[in-house]
Amino acid sequence: MKLPIYLDYHATSPVDPEVFKTMTPYFTEIFGNAASRNHEYGWTAEAAVEFARKQVADLIGASEKEIIFTSGATESNNLALQGVAEMYAEKGNHIITTPIEHKAILDTAHALEKKGFKIDYVPLDSYGRVIVAELAKMITDKTILVSVMFANNEVGTINPMAEIGKLCKERGVIFHTDAVQAVGKVPVDVNALGIDLLSLTAHKIYGPKGVAALYVRRKNPRVRLSAMMHGGGHEKGMRSGTLNVTGIVGLGKACEVAGRVMPIEMPKIKALRDRLWQKIQAELDEVFLNGHPTERLPNNLNVSFAYCEGESLMMGMKELAVSSGSACTSASLEPSYVLKALGVGEDLAHTSIRFSVGRFTTEEEIDFAAKKVIATVKKLRDLSPLYEMAKEGIDLKSVVWTGH
Amino acid sequence: MAYTAKVIEHFENPRNIGSLDKTRTDVGTGLVGAPECGDVMKLQIEVDEKTGVIKDAKFKTFGCGSAIASSSLATEWVKGKTIDEALLIKNTQIVEELSLPPIKIHCSVLAEDAIKAAVKDYISKRKDPA
Repeated sequence: MKLPIYLDYHATSPVDPEVFKTMTPYFTEIFGNAASRNHEYGWTAEAAVEFARKQVADLIGASEKEIIFTSGATESNNLALQGVAEMYAEKGNHIITTPIEHKAILDTAHALEKKGFKIDYVPLDSYGRVIVAELAKMITDKTILVSVMFANNEVGTINPMAEIGKLCKERGVIFHTDAVQAVGKVPVDVNALGIDLLSLTAHKIYGPKGVAALYVRRKNPRVRLSAMMHGGGHEKGMRSGTLNVTGIVGLGKACEVAGRVMPIEMPKIKALRDRLWQKIQAELDEVFLNGHPTERLPNNLNVSFAYCEGESLMMGMKELAVSSGSACTSASLEPSYVLKALGVGEDLAHTSIRFSVGRFTTEEEIDFAAKKVIATVKKLRDLSPLYEMAKEGIDLKSVVWTGH
Repeated sequence: MAYTAKVIEHFENPRNIGSLDKTRTDVGTGLVGAPECGDVMKLQIEVDEKTGVIKDAKFKTFGCGSAIASSSLATEWVKGKTIDEALLIKNTQIVEELSLPPIKIHCSVLAEDAIKAAVKDYISKRKDPA
């Protein structure tokens, strides 16, 4: 067993050996520019890109003509929001999103706000799911775009995508989703779910970093985007720049593998995730699950360990590579904005740990991780004045604290 | 974030963990910080009532590794000092000893505050015997 144990698959994943093998010749022998139209090198590269385009499209039930390659999901999200905003500015200036999107959406929305767009944030329930009835009330004739993440990267909650898609269709609003955490983990079908734009990325699904895609619907409705990257008119003019052929081949292969193994892989991953949670609950009191109990990604576990601060938890279990919603792990000293938006108190937000299980996680690793978590929490609770006070029956909410 | 060896050492082997009887007149208790801020320190001193020397010190801390190390170090430093000497301990000395990065300076400030709060509590108990 290799230490530290990697339980941070939401952050990124290693390239699958099968994907790596497929990519290898494209670094050296097959190096052509996919835009070179007049020789063999270019044609081969172009064929590889088109093959990958089909592989990506197949995973989400799209047509290969609807896939645009980009440099990362941040770019896909920027292109979706800015591209729609600019193209449809005459129709309206209103965009609706959620308060728990990835920063690639939130910061882009802020930038658009400065350019005169009106951004609204749809209310969520305490699990982080969009309240569709509220969304329906917020859509006006000025609304040009709704952008809702498929599944949240911290708590793993999955949104009611079909309902949102149906609503957007009825009201004639373009529906974008940042689906980087969902694609390859749960079945995604852009037509069944009524999705018009979808961002996905390779490195979350055992492909390489630095390559991603944006799905852009061609029919019912045909979505048009203003380009952000200007140049040679690649990708139907929506994204200029020489294609990252090697990366695109890797993304395509990663999508193909993900689609193939999902029916076997996801139940296995979910069982490992559930095993970890069961072991933790069996040994520790006052542990709280963040996010939805069932409508969540099969690989996500986000837990608040009351009375134990997150950074010290991670320090105590340094044999595990996990992440925390604690303030101390961010530069801002603010705890997770996602947990805050879900109504998790700041005291509990500081105690949260996100575990994410992946393709290469083993049962042995999960058992080791559970032991380590339990021992660390017990040790830190022995050290915690809050745990001691709580056990003495003191209501911590009634204490006058000297905040700093 | 990478931790310095001294922070890790204190975190893994914290000195003087525990609690003293806070109702005793020779014990001063300082409780500083707030759960919402992610740091709470409880530092207690047991004082020789004749000499004013701190005979024992205990702590419990909810917080990051640097907060735990700062309070562990603080208990080590106050032991054997008089309460007046203990009040002279500055957060900058803790920062230096543990090589805390700028983002962790508030942990050392909290440890200094905890010492001051414990001494203050001890003195107030002496003035106003319950």
